[in-house]
Amino acid sequence: MIALLIRDLKLSVRAGGGFGLGLAFFLIVTVLVPFGVGPESGLLGKIAPGVLWLGALLSCLLSLDRIFALDWEDGSLDLLATSPLPLEGVAAAKAMAHWLTTGLPLTLAAPFLGILLNLPQSGFGWLTLSLAIGTPALSVIGTFAAALIVGVKRGGLLLSILVLPLYVPTLIFGAEVARRGSAGMEVLPPVLLLAGISLGAVAILPFVSALVLRINLR
Amino acid sequence: MLKVDELTVARGGRPILQNVSFELKAGQALVVRGPNGSGKTTLLRTIAGLQPAISGQVLCDEEAIAYAAHSDGLKANLTVAENLSFWAEVFGTAQMDQALAQFNLNDLQDRPANTLSAGQKRRLGLARLLVTARPVWVLDEPTVSLDAASVDLFASVVQAHLAAGGAALMATHIDLGLEAKVFDVAPYKASMIPRSGGFDEGFL
Amino acid sequence: MASIWEYANPLKFMRLTDRVLPWVSVLAAASLVIGLIWGFFFTPDDYRQGSTVKIIYLHVPSALMAINAWFMMLVASLIWLIRRHHVSALAAKAAAPVGVVMTVIALLTGAIWGQPMWGTWWAWDPRLTSFLILFLFYLGYIALWEAIEDADTAADLTAVLCLVGSVFAVLSRYAVNFWNQGLHQGASLSLDKEENVADVFYLPLLVCIAGFVLLFLSLVLLRTRTEIRLRRTKALIAREGMADA
Repeated sequence: MIALLIRDLKLSVRAGGGFGLGLAFFLIVTVLVPFGVGPESGLLGKIAPGVLWLGALLSCLLSLDRIFALDWEDGSLDLLATSPLPLEGVAAAKAMAHWLTTGLPLTLAAPFLGILLNLPQSGFGWLTLSLAIGTPALSVIGTFAAALIVGVKRGGLLLSILVLPLYVPTLIFGAEVARRGSAGMEVLPPVLLLAGISLGAVAILPFVSALVLRINLR
Repeated sequence: MLKVDELTVARGGRPILQNVSFELKAGQALVVRGPNGSGKTTLLRTIAGLQPAISGQVLCDEEAIAYAAHSDGLKANLTVAENLSFWAEVFGTAQMDQALAQFNLNDLQDRPANTLSAGQKRRLGLARLLVTARPVWVLDEPTVSLDAASVDLFASVVQAHLAAGGAALMATHIDLGLEAKVFDVAPYKASMIPRSGGFDEGFL
Repeated sequence: MASIWEYANPLKFMRLTDRVLPWVSVLAAASLVIGLIWGFFFTPDDYRQGSTVKIIYLHVPSALMAINAWFMMLVASLIWLIRRHHVSALAAKAAAPVGVVMTVIALLTGAIWGQPMWGTWWAWDPRLTSFLILFLFYLGYIALWEAIEDADTAADLTAVLCLVGSVFAVLSRYAVNFWNQGLHQGASLSLDKEENVADVFYLPLLVCIAGFVLLFLSLVLLRTRTEIRLRRTKALIAREGMADA
């Protein structure tokens, strides 16, 4: 599993691996928002938590279809399935690699983009925390959806249609943490709910993803 | 070592070969022959455990089979050595140097895989078999895009594998000069839809 | 009595539904006509909401069926995953578009009702939002069925999606409640009916609900029969192909 994780990380930072694209997309979306809603800093500060969460979610979406599609095309997935690695482990390692190359950088970049959107002082900590807790859920849910459509050619659009409804609870609780945090309200309940979703998804979905991969491989 | 018992396999939900039976003992090689589309690949995939059989059994430890297909599963941006050492780690072995040497890849080991020729890629794909350290090789067209010298190289590697107590099941059209039995799939072509179970119960 | 699983055999299912379907369709049409006419023309106007209240005869039944259709798909998917009856998978596939239409009817009639009541076509009220999310889930489910060529693979994958989707749909429902406490009137139908809708409205509403249930049933049966015929055609072509080759 660690070998697979390291290989995927290497692949994503080498040429054509797509590392950094998600970050660039996040930056561009954030920069475009004021052009859409106007430069008034009070309004921007108010919508900043939601915009940043939505931007992070969409950036996550960009790299989802690479999770399995490349390995499917070049035959690696067949070979992995016949290797001693359990497919559950493969799915978990893939989700982990996806999180390390998108979720984690997005979380670290979000506070800087928060400055651009005039995020209130009290919001920075909560925004970062909510992304740190929530993005792993985005990665494992995305891995599941990517496993579903691995056999579909050019499934990128289909993938978004499948995965976005599944992202709703994570987005709601995540953005709620950031929103309440920046408004100085009680934050603990959404933090706990967000953590619950993340932990549940991380614990269960790799098994479902492996099941789905097996169905697709046969 | 590998025993196939009354195996019926399907492609796209339709039975293609039925009641296939053969046995492969240590040190033996079996060459599967048949025209394109006759179900050789489906048979090999089923034996490798990648798809379920409609009926019958494959009697073999799944952990003993090393499978290699048309595509080599190489990552274009990794070097030859990185590609191979990944599989060595996945299979928990450390025989990479030997595998590189046997397939004459030593000089290429720091080249990224996307700069290799088709034949060189194929050799790298086959070298993967050695790092798996598994006894039963199931190979689908292993000699595609290999030149004459490389085919001889491959034949000698298979020979050594058999001599060491391994076994090999291959779908290939080329005569490797091995003492291999030939298994023609033609007589096993599925002729009728099995009545029981699985296949579209009662839609007919 | 024969086991219920006998009807999982496509031939038996076809024979049974061939006899049942006309009755179900006629009953559906009858109860819809009776219920809607009764509801629209023979009930008094509400003292607060006026005649706009009468849209509940479309709104409430379609909303109920929108959720029940998904629930039926969930049960059918489970049966397919556990017992591998093809009819079950095909019934789930057949129910999805009907469920979508029910969801759309519920959303549209809700908007038409909401305009005079709340003064807006749309509000991000938890129930409205939940239905919108349900609609998205239906779309994903149907899109996955369409995208995958192999019938059994598609059935397996959509069944898993339906199960996972159900969990996330329930989570979304709670999340949405948490997110906005909402302005919807409480349940308009419950055992404790005194609180909600008076008898004059309640009886025709029940007839309408029965009509929608029967309508759903007949549409799903019809669509399932079509799917079975489609599979049968494919199986026949496959057999022809094998005989020729």
